[in-house]
Amino acid sequence: MMSVSEIKRRMEEESAEETIQSLFDKIERSKLNAFITLTKEQALEEARKADKNGTRGLLGAVPIAIKDNISTKGIQTTCASKILKGYVPPYDAHVIERLKAEGAIIIGKTNMDEFAMGSSTETSFFGPTRNPHDLSRVPGGSSGGSAAAVAGGEVPIALGSDTGGSVRCPASFCGVVGLKPTYGMVSRYGLISYANSLEQIGPFGCSVEDVALLLDVIAGHDPRDSTSHVMKKNRYVDELKDDVSGLKIGVPEEYFEGVDKDVDNAVRDGITLLEELGASCSEVALPHTKYALASYYIIAMSEASSNLARFDGVRYGLRLEKDKDWHTTFSEIRAEGFGEEVKRRILLGTYALSAGYYGRYYLKALKVRTLIKQDFENAFKKVDVLITPTMPCAAFKIGEKIDDPLSLYLADVNTVPMNLAGVPSISVPCGFANGLPMGMQIIGGHFDEGLILRVAHTFEKHAGVA
Amino acid sequence: MKDVIIGLEVHVQLNKLNSKLFCGCSTKYHDSGPNTHTCPVCLGLPGALPVLNRTAVEAAIKVALALNCEIAEQTLFYRKNYYYPDLPKGFQISQYDYPIAIKGNLVIEGDGERNIRIRRVHMEEDPARLVHKGPIEKSKYSLIDYNRSGMALLEIVTEPDLRSPKEARQFLNKLRNILEYLDVFDGYLEGAIRVDANISLTGGARAEVKNISSYKGVEKALSFEIVRQKNLMRRGINVVQETRHYDEARGVTISLRTKEEEKDYRYFPEPDLVPFKAKEGVPKIKKTLPELPDAKRRRFVEQYNISEHHAKVLTSEFKLANFFENVAGKVDTNQAATWIADVLKGELNYRGLGIDAFSPKHTIQILRMLREKNITEKGAVQVIRALLDEGGTPTEIVKQKGLLKVDVGEIAKAVDEAIKENLAAVKDYHAGKDEAFHFLIGQVMKKTSGKADPDAVNKLLREKL
Amino acid sequence: MISKKDVEHIGWLARIKLSDEEKEEFTGQLNTILDYFAKLDEIDPSVTPTHHVSGIENVFRDDVAKESLGQEDVLRNAPRKEEGFFKGPRIV
Ligand SMILES: [Mg+2]
Ligand SMILES: [Zn+2]
Repeated sequence: MMSVSEIKRRMEEESAEETIQSLFDKIERSKLNAFITLTKEQALEEARKADKNGTRGLLGAVPIAIKDNISTKGIQTTCASKILKGYVPPYDAHVIERLKAEGAIIIGKTNMDEFAMGSSTETSFFGPTRNPHDLSRVPGGSSGGSAAAVAGGEVPIALGSDTGGSVRCPASFCGVVGLKPTYGMVSRYGLISYANSLEQIGPFGCSVEDVALLLDVIAGHDPRDSTSHVMKKNRYVDELKDDVSGLKIGVPEEYFEGVDKDVDNAVRDGITLLEELGASCSEVALPHTKYALASYYIIAMSEASSNLARFDGVRYGLRLEKDKDWHTTFSEIRAEGFGEEVKRRILLGTYALSAGYYGRYYLKALKVRTLIKQDFENAFKKVDVLITPTMPCAAFKIGEKIDDPLSLYLADVNTVPMNLAGVPSISVPCGFANGLPMGMQIIGGHFDEGLILRVAHTFEKHAGVA
Repeated sequence: MKDVIIGLEVHVQLNKLNSKLFCGCSTKYHDSGPNTHTCPVCLGLPGALPVLNRTAVEAAIKVALALNCEIAEQTLFYRKNYYYPDLPKGFQISQYDYPIAIKGNLVIEGDGERNIRIRRVHMEEDPARLVHKGPIEKSKYSLIDYNRSGMALLEIVTEPDLRSPKEARQFLNKLRNILEYLDVFDGYLEGAIRVDANISLTGGARAEVKNISSYKGVEKALSFEIVRQKNLMRRGINVVQETRHYDEARGVTISLRTKEEEKDYRYFPEPDLVPFKAKEGVPKIKKTLPELPDAKRRRFVEQYNISEHHAKVLTSEFKLANFFENVAGKVDTNQAATWIADVLKGELNYRGLGIDAFSPKHTIQILRMLREKNITEKGAVQVIRALLDEGGTPTEIVKQKGLLKVDVGEIAKAVDEAIKENLAAVKDYHAGKDEAFHFLIGQVMKKTSGKADPDAVNKLLREKL
Repeated sequence: MISKKDVEHIGWLARIKLSDEEKEEFTGQLNTILDYFAKLDEIDPSVTPTHHVSGIENVFRDDVAKESLGQEDVLRNAPRKEEGFFKGPRIV
């Protein structure tokens, strides 16, 4: 792995062009399959410009990888789906505009679960991404390509998106840092929707500092996203103090049920370390946690069934050889263009929204969402942050769970409640088991990014995991 | 005699806005090529997000207030999920529960006043425009122009209070008039109004006729439906509840299946838009409401002392009312009312033109020439026709066509000549034959090429005889 | 329990043509997952549903016309086009 400051140093010693060229050399030899599209020519061109004219902005000439569900003007954006193969957006997502304004250089678009539906990056039309710590294992998902690229030293920082854990899960499985911001902190304009009311774009890095830096770049109000908060521009890197004295940590036991022994031990050791550094710790209850997963999947699939209705082959995307009547044409394109998991979720979402079932599924899920939100509000009256395992286990084998959809869904049990409540959380590496990394999740109240980044930073400094 | 029960869902485009409902694309696309007024939002590109146009909401509230509706405290948008080639996202952003306004009414004047209740008013986005080569059922493919996609629509839903196709037409005319008074709508633009009509006869099921896109079409489509449903019932066949498509060219309705039914729409709140408080804006918007047609009509009668009938015609269109007021201050108001409401309006209607096609300045000039007896009434009509058909100015036309009225001296000369040349007729006149007098008048008129004032000819002829 | 016929209807609503094997397979899988969702039947909370977690309200833009995309950009990704139009399938 390679941090932003390391890469900046290298670019000064050699040149931006050589540094970025060496990344492409590495990626081209790589077995990870972390990228769907590489933007080598443009990236090297920009690097040469930076070498000639000097760099500018918070990320001057720093290479970055972008999850392939974030729209990039002039660069193919596929959501890892056959249906969008060859689609080149005519506009940039808000986060891309911000990255460009701060001088970052995009080196490519990363692999993911098709339309971000999954926790293993196995459902990609472009083949699975592999975990750099064990090539036979998944990197987690759905932002598996971004996490693997950072963990594999192919890029220092990357963007993912997190609908129910899609940044934190692969961060945990790949041993990097990943943050899901408060809902409304980062504009979704240009993020291809899977479940709009749940998801946020989030940063990956090999250190908390880099994640904070990337958050500084992408966070902020955007008038093109109606759910974007008007807020003061923060400098999160300035809040990275090595200090947790007086911090009140809540430990919800619900999040340790059914968790692997190794993960359980590593996270509890992590909490003990923070106590030694001056924090205090107490048990808190989040009593509706057991309903979170069902509620999450109903909401996500319902929204997805509607969001993915636009893929009909008329304006962009896959079109079959010969048109028939519109109904048959659309049905056949979508049958051919979507993978199995995407179809499954569209069907379930369609069912959950249909007349007669709306009340039982969708509306009920939204009520449970209220309860989950209240659980967090109550918890944060007593404690400053919550700490839990990010994932109940370390990375599993490729192919191990793919034929059992429900077991894959159950792996998200610790990450979905934050998306339902809209609160931020960060996954930091907290140890290894049999050579596989594990992640500890630190959760804060709305807009407590500064606080959870500080806790994560302090932990990272003293734990010596990476 | 079966009772006819009609309810309307009227979609009106808020085409006076500068931009579309959820994006900044311009609404002025009518004279441009296809797909020139589109962006990621109205094309439904992946990742694009809608942001609500504030002025569209204000316009919706204005209309709802003019229709005496209750404005919602809090309102939100829903997704109506269905597929069709004109729908870029596979859903339409519309309203469902919590529409912006409910429970209004509109009084129409047909055979007496009739109160038509409004069930709800809601906002939604317009789909794209489909173009077919040839008739829809024979066309091998569809062509799609997204310029219209995302235009702000208001859907105005009535209770089933209308009792005839004619009433439906009257309702639409009155509604259009109000919308134009509010300056939120231009009814002349293509696609400005589209109507879905529910119609049933007592004892029969209800048919929904979709997508009628002209004012006249509504009356025709409904009349066709009444005949169709009556014929079925007469033959003892049940009228089934169904959706039918109006074929404007053939003037018939045809059964249209395949589209989703109401229960299949899977409405749910649009996650990309947030709720808003509609009622908060009402006091401010109320202050901006203009004088509406009924109030204006009452004022015209009072202020200008014109007939109820003229006031009704003159206020039936916002622009016509303004036209009248522009003219009325400068000439005799009653004369202006008569000439605008009866003559000018008739000539415009005959040519399918709006009042924009004529200028108040020319009207004032013509009415002044009439008043000063420089032209005859017949001459004035000729000037109006020439202005509409050929253009120019009233003075030019009067000169070109020689419409200037003949002076008294010339009339006297013509009378003398007529008497001299038609002594037999003079004799007959003195013998008490009325026809002889008319014959002599005719002779005078002929000599003056019809430009003599008939009253003056009459008077002079009697004197000289 | 949903039947194969239900799955077929849902497939129609979602405009996804399903093969016979798919209908079979999805019927089983969907039922397993719906069984899990039935966990929500345990509770009937009398709380307001959370449609929007942020609590943001009244977000508008001003009615200002902005520049649109050029026709060429708009049509670039279109699999089929004709004379500035997108070419879609026939209606009937
Ligand atoms: Mg409608
Ligand atoms: Zn637009």
